[in-house]
Amino acid sequence: MDVSELLSLTAAQATAAIERGDLDAAELFAAYRSRAADDDLNAFTWVAEDLPEDLHSDAPLRGVPLAVKDLFCTEGVPSQAGSKILEGYLPPYTATSVRRLQDAGATLLGKTNQDEFAMGSSNENSAYGPVLNPWDRTRVPGGSSGGSAAAVAAGLAPWALGTDTGGSIRQPAALCGIVGLKPTYGTVSRYGMIAFASSLDQAGPFTRDVTDAALLYRHLTGTDPMDSTAVGHPEEIVLPTAERLDGVRLGVPAELSTGEGVEPGVLAAFEASLETARSLGATIETCHLPTAALGLSAYYVLAPAEASSNLSRYDGVRYGLRTPADDLVSMYTDTRHDGFGDEVKRRILIGTYALSSGYYDAYYGRAQKVRTLIAREFASVFQNVDFVVTPTSPTVAFKLGSLTADPLAMYLNDFFTVPMSLAGIPAISIPCGLSEGLPVGLQLAGAAFSENRILDAAHALERALAFDGSPPRTREAA
Amino acid sequence: MIDPAEVLHVARLSRLKLTDEETERMAGELSSILDHIAKISELDLEGVPPTSHVVEVEQGLRPDVPGPCLPRDVALAQAPAVQDGGFLVPSPQAG
Repeated sequence: MDVSELLSLTAAQATAAIERGDLDAAELFAAYRSRAADDDLNAFTWVAEDLPEDLHSDAPLRGVPLAVKDLFCTEGVPSQAGSKILEGYLPPYTATSVRRLQDAGATLLGKTNQDEFAMGSSNENSAYGPVLNPWDRTRVPGGSSGGSAAAVAAGLAPWALGTDTGGSIRQPAALCGIVGLKPTYGTVSRYGMIAFASSLDQAGPFTRDVTDAALLYRHLTGTDPMDSTAVGHPEEIVLPTAERLDGVRLGVPAELSTGEGVEPGVLAAFEASLETARSLGATIETCHLPTAALGLSAYYVLAPAEASSNLSRYDGVRYGLRTPADDLVSMYTDTRHDGFGDEVKRRILIGTYALSSGYYDAYYGRAQKVRTLIAREFASVFQNVDFVVTPTSPTVAFKLGSLTADPLAMYLNDFFTVPMSLAGIPAISIPCGLSEGLPVGLQLAGAAFSENRILDAAHALERALAFDGSPPRTREAA
Repeated sequence: MIDPAEVLHVARLSRLKLTDEETERMAGELSSILDHIAKISELDLEGVPPTSHVVEVEQGLRPDVPGPCLPRDVALAQAPAVQDGGFLVPSPQAG
């Protein structure tokens, strides 16, 4: 098998080829390692130097390389969460999710760049520089898991692990033209995932196709003695086979589909994909999620509130950066001033404000109630439809620097993805077409623990949409 | 709306130093974010219970069995300053 052929395999195809003896796991790793080491998108913050001694080519994932977002602790390997405050940090243990995948045979290829502490929608908030979108290097890859998305889209990794708090898997997957799954909250352990907003954070796969997403998620989900919120999955995750959508009811939320700021080209690709779904036998109906449009407002209370607490651990005492000072409190305040970027500071301040005396009920208390309403509305909608469908992001990948001066405009990127996060339900983004030559993502969300159904429906749609996931440059190079 | 004095107060609560320029800029940026957040004050939320967690977990406890913990030298290995087997920090008193 020549190198370009080998790099064109999906992870599932590669595992099958290794199992058959047609492909050597070490050769596959070497090919990707060389691609990742030559990364000119700034997608990687660390790349494995050598083939690990413990290449598990007899385990289910057959030693296939895996890129991992820098937010995951990996023992002895830099884990900096895109932050200067964790520069050079070498964790003493590996996150359960990464460990599970390694136990299943995945090989750590590298750590991927991200927005600092997963706060951002463009990857421009990384202390290690922005990531470039492989479809157009003047544009962002989305965020916060921008490095994982760009690496998979550019063929620098067969698949990658990311995290999604308000859209950080789905939005970059959409902007890079690949598949991203945010699982049901609690189905993947958060132990060793550097915390942003603990009631929302969830790990999930970035892959070239839906089958790979199912394969990675199958090995990712599980309970964990180290995370009391990790409930595992009640079903075995199976590889999707559906080719039709007969009898499948898709709901288009009236309140979300008319959201302001949705680009016409995105709407056109979305509507065309609904036509495709109809041709496969699905019915499309309008549904109502009246509070979902306020999801963003509630999210920007809840997530910063949790972050302000979670990030109090960065104080220059036990790990990471320390700015020397004469007294203890000055050491804390100076270290945090020097170590955190602007977006992280904004969120710490918003969160602390929302939790402070006199404001708690008006902000945090109300936001928690809005969350209840949104979760109830989804539960009610799923009585009548199987999936809620929306565009994943209101826009295609935007120009680097175009939104950095306006934090609120940046937040609006998450308009379609935040409601599902608040409800804790699973959602997938699959590429559904191009607008202005750039990928558009289609989001399918289902009831809690409906991953098998979501993956099946996404598989049928993926087949019919036949999206060519290789960015033009990659195509020319091949 | 949040004014620079309130920003400084919140920054103090957050153990975060801000320069004068940062305080001014944050006051403007945080005000526009808080305006957006204020949309939730328009909703009638009477009788709606709060959600702090979306997955119902009953007694998510592991068996109470002692296990190994991080060795002291490993726990200290990433610290900026260490002395006598502990984390070394400046005095709580200035000067």
